[in-house]
Amino acid sequence: MTSPDSISGAANQADGSGGPLGWLESQRNRLIVLSVMAAAAMLLPLIANNYVLEVMSNVWFYVMLCLGLNIVVGYAGLLDLGYAAFFAVGAYTTGILTSQFGVNFWLTIPAAVLFSCVAGIVIGGPTLRLRSDYLAIVTLGFGEIVRIIARNLEITGGASGLIGIEKPSIFGFEISQIAHFYYVFLILAVLACFVSYRLQHSRLGRAWQYVREDEDAAEAMGIDRVAVKLYAYVIGAIFGGIAGCFFAAKMTAISPETFTFQQSVLILLGVVLGGMGKIPGVIVGAFALVLFPEVFRDLGSSRILVFAIVMLVIMLYRPEGIWPAKKS
Amino acid sequence: MALLTVDKLNLNFAGLQVIKDLSFSVEQGSIASLIGPNGAGKTSVFNCLTGFYKPGSGRIDFDGRAITRQRPHRITRRGMARTFQNLRLFKSMTVLENVMSGMHCRTRAGAIGAILRTGSQRREEREIREFCESCLEFVGILGEKDRVASNLSYGTQRRVEWARALATRPRLLLLDEPAAGLNFDEKQRLIGLIKRIRDELDITVLLIEHDMGLVMKVSEMITVIDYGRKIAEGNAQQVQSNPKVIEAYLGREEDEEP
Amino acid sequence: MSFQDILLQQLANGLILGSFYALVALGYTMVYGIIKLLNFAHGDLYMLGAFIGFVVLSFLSAFLGDSWTGILCSMVLSMIAVGLLGVLIQRVAYQPMLSAPRLSILITALAVSMILANLVMALTDGEYLAFSTDLGYDGLELGNVFITYTQMVLVGAAAVLMIALYLFVHKTMYGKAMRAIAIDQDACRLMGINVNRIIALTFFIGTSLAASAGIMAGTYYGSIHFFMGFVVGLKAFTSAVIGGIGSIPGAMLGGLLLGLLESYGTQIPFIGTEWKDVFSFGILILLLVFKPTGILGKTEIERM
Repeated sequence: MTSPDSISGAANQADGSGGPLGWLESQRNRLIVLSVMAAAAMLLPLIANNYVLEVMSNVWFYVMLCLGLNIVVGYAGLLDLGYAAFFAVGAYTTGILTSQFGVNFWLTIPAAVLFSCVAGIVIGGPTLRLRSDYLAIVTLGFGEIVRIIARNLEITGGASGLIGIEKPSIFGFEISQIAHFYYVFLILAVLACFVSYRLQHSRLGRAWQYVREDEDAAEAMGIDRVAVKLYAYVIGAIFGGIAGCFFAAKMTAISPETFTFQQSVLILLGVVLGGMGKIPGVIVGAFALVLFPEVFRDLGSSRILVFAIVMLVIMLYRPEGIWPAKKS
Repeated sequence: MALLTVDKLNLNFAGLQVIKDLSFSVEQGSIASLIGPNGAGKTSVFNCLTGFYKPGSGRIDFDGRAITRQRPHRITRRGMARTFQNLRLFKSMTVLENVMSGMHCRTRAGAIGAILRTGSQRREEREIREFCESCLEFVGILGEKDRVASNLSYGTQRRVEWARALATRPRLLLLDEPAAGLNFDEKQRLIGLIKRIRDELDITVLLIEHDMGLVMKVSEMITVIDYGRKIAEGNAQQVQSNPKVIEAYLGREEDEEP
Repeated sequence: MSFQDILLQQLANGLILGSFYALVALGYTMVYGIIKLLNFAHGDLYMLGAFIGFVVLSFLSAFLGDSWTGILCSMVLSMIAVGLLGVLIQRVAYQPMLSAPRLSILITALAVSMILANLVMALTDGEYLAFSTDLGYDGLELGNVFITYTQMVLVGAAAVLMIALYLFVHKTMYGKAMRAIAIDQDACRLMGINVNRIIALTFFIGTSLAASAGIMAGTYYGSIHFFMGFVVGLKAFTSAVIGGIGSIPGAMLGGLLLGLLESYGTQIPFIGTEWKDVFSFGILILLLVFKPTGILGKTEIERM
């Protein structure tokens, strides 16, 4: 659904056609499919009602979050259980700066990037030296810390959160309607795909894969595993932070309860469901994440239970996710 | 001039002394061997040299500077590369990708360069690819470059490890039992390869090996250790005639010969 | 209340909190020690222990009353039930994943944790349940400090369980086998130890200890909730790390220490109860920076 994927084609060493989606290996067919999907995504606001647009904006939003977490989990192989914290850092940065200091929305983005970076380094720096399990628990604790801080501080509006966050405008045009936000999130999702793709197929992306496969061998090859992991962790944090900025702008109100452990797990599920480390897989995962509860509305609060069972089944029977593997 | 000097190295594991007061040096441009019976502590010495174990005391100098207790990736950056006794390839990646890992420490493109695909980033990627291909050609497996590492034969996997180590552009190459699991023909070619690495690439080689025939053929300097202690040192002849070595090593080795 | 009274009162509070943490931390550390798995579901098994105890007690109270006899019986039954569940989880979810990449098994453990918590949430509609007991509020008065008998019995019971565990691990063949497996599984197989059975036993003991803590917490706080395992799980992990993960005395020590730190920490100006959790996680992060092996942990040298 995004242009970057069309670049791959020949670059990927397909050792054979991968099952039912084998015909996608042909570059021409891929281009056709992608163009059709891109056109559909662009034209959707012309035909869809507000409900559909709302849901689809949400899909694009989760695509961005999941791709961000995918850099940490899928590429670098680190389990981050507090990803919602970075999302919160971005959302609160925008919320506080616009509503209490009157800062222009677009200027809050670099601030959010900065804060996410700092948070990522503070948490990742010490823990990434240790066994990967520690990171999982420490990020879990960090997620809780951020939420508790947001709930207890005055500047974050306490338990009720912030309201009246200004909607952004660009060249005098105010982004206010749901269709506008649909496009904003679509662009963000496409950008996230593009950046993920470029990173994956770069020196850094390869280094992530080396470290994921064999830390010692990677280190013997002169790769600083701590630095490489920290890179992944911080880039993931920036994705989350930026997503948070736009989330705050769209909702105009944020509260600590958006950034719970459940939220972090949901994002992780999106990554795991489609297939860790695979951009199309993660997109499929994000779609499933958002559309499933919309389709099965009766499930209500037990949807997390269903998700958790799905996650367990996937790990036990198809750990590479639902998107078919490329390499034979 | 000595490229590598080890001085009074000591290593303990939970009260067990694995390396005791070990001192030896490797001359620039030589092929040297570290031999000793099973469990003598050879691989532990390698792990100390490459930074995977932190020795309790002692000093390691490489290229005129101390590298004792530095982290492995820094030592590799300094110009010391290694292979592993039991292959440690990146199994699900292709041969070329495996070898490219070696170039990581010799290149610098970061996240921004990768996202924007700047000119320098693309040039660097091309250089990485070309240099790695030349490494694969050197060890004779360029034809396998797009195959996934885990699908290769054992001998070929070994060569991938070699190419990967060469791609770090080392000055000293540590080979941990390079002949293990190879047949006679492969061993003969291995001897040629070790010599070519020294002669054509000007890389000093230190190897650990069990195959005495191979060690005697290639090495100019041999250090023998037993129970973590150096028991003899010298060229092939000197070592072979040393009664301590015969007692500790060669006698047993002959029993093991099929 | 004088400064001394506060000190003493918080000592009592800290000890009881610490006992719960220690009991849960023991399971974490035992499982980690033997198969190097961070069992995320452990906190939820503590929660489940409380709920199963609650259900059993509501049946038993008709015959045994809801005083100590009833509580003790339901505790034993709940420990057995949760222990068996722990073994089942290990067999179904963790056993097949042992050779998979670490990330996969961690996600599996997370999934199990989510399933347990959300299952209980669905069954209870996410409501708090009143864990009603008939223990009264009698206690000892030491000056201005008041310590209930309930508190004393709970700390005593936790101590008995921990001493029993320590003796079991250090004085029996099973305990020896556990420690041996933690060092080298393959060698144990060669020595004829039924490794799978010992791992199952470890899960059984670890999870039943968590369940016992769950019931004690229910008795102590008077209410239970599906999310109660989440924070306790985190704190117990912190305790295990403080003591040195993999070390059984370490988990006991770490638990008590964290309990005391928290009780006293909330007395420090500006910290207060609303910052209690931030305080503990702050300790965890600082500890990981400066002493990741914990107090009694051993430095691990990985052999190539």
